[in-house]
Order: sequence, then structure tokens, then C-alpha cells
Amino acid sequence: MAAALTLYRSTIGKKAIMALSGIIWYGFVIVHMIGNFKIFEGAEAFNKYSHFLREVGYPAVPEGTILWVIRIVLLVSLVMHVLMAIQLTRLDVSGRPVAYKKKRTKQASFASMTLRYGGLAILFFVVYHLLHFTTGAAHPDFEYGNPYNNVVIGFTAQPLTAVFYIVAVAALGTHLYHGVWSALQTLGLNNRRSDKLFRGVALLSGVVLFLGFAMVPVSVLLGIVK
Amino acid sequence: MKITVNVWRQKNAKTKGTIVKYNVDHVSPDMSFLEMLDVLNQQLIARGEEAIAFDHDCREGICGSCGVVINGYAHGGQQATTTCQLHMRSFKDGDEITVEPWRAKAFPVIKDLVVDRGAFDRIIRAGGFISAGTGSAPDANSTPVAKESADLAFDAAQCIGCGACVAACPNASAMLFTAAKVSHLGLLPQGQPERKTRVLNMVAQMDTEGFGGCTNIGECSAACPKEIGLHFIGRLNRDLLGASLTGGSSVD
Ligand code: HEM
Ligand code: SF4
Ligand code: FES
Repeated sequence: MAAALTLYRSTIGKKAIMALSGIIWYGFVIVHMIGNFKIFEGAEAFNKYSHFLREVGYPAVPEGTILWVIRIVLLVSLVMHVLMAIQLTRLDVSGRPVAYKKKRTKQASFASMTLRYGGLAILFFVVYHLLHFTTGAAHPDFEYGNPYNNVVIGFTAQPLTAVFYIVAVAALGTHLYHGVWSALQTLGLNNRRSDKLFRGVALLSGVVLFLGFAMVPVSVLLGIVK
Repeated sequence: MKITVNVWRQKNAKTKGTIVKYNVDHVSPDMSFLEMLDVLNQQLIARGEEAIAFDHDCREGICGSCGVVINGYAHGGQQATTTCQLHMRSFKDGDEITVEPWRAKAFPVIKDLVVDRGAFDRIIRAGGFISAGTGSAPDANSTPVAKESADLAFDAAQCIGCGACVAACPNASAMLFTAAKVSHLGLLPQGQPERKTRVLNMVAQMDTEGFGGCTNIGECSAACPKEIGLHFIGRLNRDLLGASLTGGSSVD
């Protein structure tokens, strides 16, 4: 318990919490992206998949149990991730009360310098996205239980929404390009030998997730999915 | 060469400072950056003005006292170079150079370009030591050290405590310095007895000094005159998490 408290109090412990919760979401977005590909198999396959998510585990557990367990794990992870980000950002900003007149960087990547803003954009996106495709509150013509139509109508009726999705997943890819490597470093899993590999994994993750997610709104806009 | 320097002038820790512009003539390209400041100070003294205070000691890149931010780069931005080893030949005739002190809450400005780096001393005091028996020196080869560990420990031991890592970090984090010190002792057999308490205490001290957290941006390592690698931060994290999860005890 004392060790857990020390961990929570130290900047490294807070970052370890960020890294773990981030990796949980990282796992989720990979699965989600692959799940989204079902849309290319047509309405039936996509809707069946959505239905499967709701009843997976039944009859061993009541319908929706697994879905809700996943939702709760994701929600707790998101809250911890954001909470730690806020606490650490405040520490980081207070670390330099007087700014330099002139300050330049030697090698910092765009992704590493904009991690906080990218995170904010993704947070905003997730909230909008849930209102858009899960509850339907932000959807022009939401039909419960018919996610295929919801996606197609959601993007064709409001093409700007599709553009927003593409921008948001670009932010996600950028966030992960630094975040995945950084999480491995924070958890102490990185060393001189693994560094190149981990940087490669992070780069690949960012690119693949961006392209994989962006494919859906792009395909709807181009009329490939209709 | 003729150089224009914009130098941060600040009377003491309590007053507010400002950038002041000076022209320096007769700068030789072979001068070090500090010698250029010496020339400027001679001019100021001749005019009856107060000389610019800056820290320096060895002037050969090993003591770590001379750091300033030059044109936005800690130590001037050359690879593996301290301010005292930076030469005026890396500037052009007529250049305008901005010189500022390290900026961090944990490194308050004492005067002009001089900051108080006592926070680093307190981090060292928290655990940057080993317990060695007094008496006659041990036999030279009585404690074998693996070559790879010795090399890595030596890489970490090169840290001169200059503070450029903090100055260059967008978060003013002291992770690279602390990582170097923790790794240097933690990699050697002599450092094992206190390994867990060392990392816990040094990180706790680092956090209380008011440095920012590490976001793994890597500017520290790029600015470090001793090229301390970013992988040492991974090692520090590994040691800290391990020590925390075992409650800092080496005994189960
Ligand atoms: C273009 C990219 C995306 C598309 C087309 C898309 C599509 C969808 C759809 C149709 C649903 C509803 C599924 C259902 O009701 O069965 C959904 C749910 C969800 N999506 Fe996405 N999504 C995309 C990107 C993302 C990203 C990048 C994230 C996270 C950063 C994300 C997080 C979520 C979450 C948290 C849910 C709710 C899961 C639940 O609790 O039911 N999505 N998505
Ligand atoms: S790690 Fe490098 S930059 Fe930081 S104090 Fe040590 S020598 Fe200076
Ligand atoms: S004066 Fe000693 S390192 Fe520069």
C-alpha cells in the first residue's frame, strides 16, 4: 500500500498510470479498427458484428455483461489517463515559471511537442463520437441497432463530420507515434537494444491506425460504402 | 569579428531582470564563448559598469558550471560541447547572440547568468553515494565487474551535473541527470546494497525540488555535453517501478 502511494505521488508513478491506461486504449483502438473493416462486407456483416458485441458471453453471463465490463475498463482508463495528464501538465508548466526569450529545439518531434493538444482533440472526438454513433444524440437520423446505416447516413448527410473524423484519427495516429514508444520507455521496458524496434512499432501503429480508421469515412465519401 | 550580444541582466534573486544589448569588437574566432564574455566584461569595467556575472571554473568541459542558453540552445547547441568549449568561430562576423540563464523553478537565478543548482546537490545527497568500509583500500580486482556493465556505468558517470538537460527540456525535468546518477551506481556491484532506497530517495528529492515531469521528448539528451543517452531514463523508470513494487526492500 505504501509502495502504491509512493508510486501515485511520484511523477514516474503517475506516468506509469498514464502508460498502462494508454496501452489499454491502444489495444481497444486496434480491435475497433479491425472491427470497422466489417463495414466493407456489407450491412448484414457489420450489423451482425455490432449485435455480437452486445451478446458476447451469453448465456454464460447475462447479455451485455462483457460489453459493459469493457466499457467500464475503458472509462476508468480514460479518466485516469486524463487525470494524470492534467496533474503532470500542471507540474511540467510550473517547472519553468520564467520563459526563455529565445528557445529552440534540436530534435523534438511534432508529435512529442503536441501530445497534450492531440490528447485533447481525441478526448473531444471520443465524446462526440459516442453521441454520434452510440447514443445517436449528435446524429441526424439515428436508428438503434442499425450501425451500418448510421455510419453511411452520418457521413453522407454531413460530409464535414467525415472530415472531422479523418482529422481526429490523424490526431490519434500522431498521439500514438510518440505515445506508444513513450509508454514503453515509461514502464521501463525500453533499453538500448529495443529502442529502434519500439520506435518502429510506434511509427507503424500511428500510420496503420490512421489509415485503417480513415478508410471508413473516406470510403463512404467516395461512395464505395453506401 | 564584431558581435552583438543580448544578455540577461538581473541584479539579484529578488529583482526583475531584462535583456541588455552590448556590442563586442575585436572578437577572435579562436576565443571561447566565455573569453568573449571576458572581453565584454573588460569593456564594461573600463566604462565603470558592472561586469556580467556568469559561472565557470575548469574551462575545459569537465566541471559543469558554465552552462547558459545561447540563441535558444543550452550550451549553444553544438554536439557534445559545453559553453566553455564553444568557440567564436562557430559564429559569423556581425552575428547577434542572445544569452540567457538556465530557466527552471528549481534553478533560481542568483545574478545575471548565474543560477543556483543546489537542487542537484540535494538529489545527490538523497542517494548518490555508496557505503564503503573505511580502512585500507580493497584489493584492485577483488570485485569483478562485467565489461558491459562497467562501460555502461562509465557512460552514465560522465554526467558533469551541468543542468543543460533541465534547461533544454520543455518541462524543465531533471530525469536525465537523475537517471545518469542512479544508473551509474546501480550498474556496479558496489552500488547494489543501496540500489532500491537510492532510486526511491533520489526520485522523491527530484520531485520535491519542483522540476517538471518527463514526457520523453529527448531534448535533454540532445543538449547534454556528455551525450548521456535517453535509454538511461528507461533504466531509471525500471529501477523506480521495481523498487516501488517491492516496497524498497531487497529482502522478500
Ligand atoms: C473513422 C473512424 C471510426 C469509425 C467509423 C467508428 C465507428 C464506430 C461505430 C459505428 C460505433 C458504434 C458501434 C456499435 O454501436 O456497435 C463506435 C463505437 C465506439 N468508438 Fe468508434 N469509430 C471510429 C474511430 C474511433 C476512435 C479513433 C476511437 C477512440 C479513440 C473510437 C472509440 C469508440 C468508442 C469508445 C465506442 C463506444 C464503444 C461502446 O461503448 O459501445 N472510435 N465507433
Ligand atoms: S545529464 Fe548531461 S546535461 Fe544533464 S546534468 Fe548531466 S551532463 Fe549536464
Ligand atoms: S567551465 Fe567547467 S565545464 Fe565549462
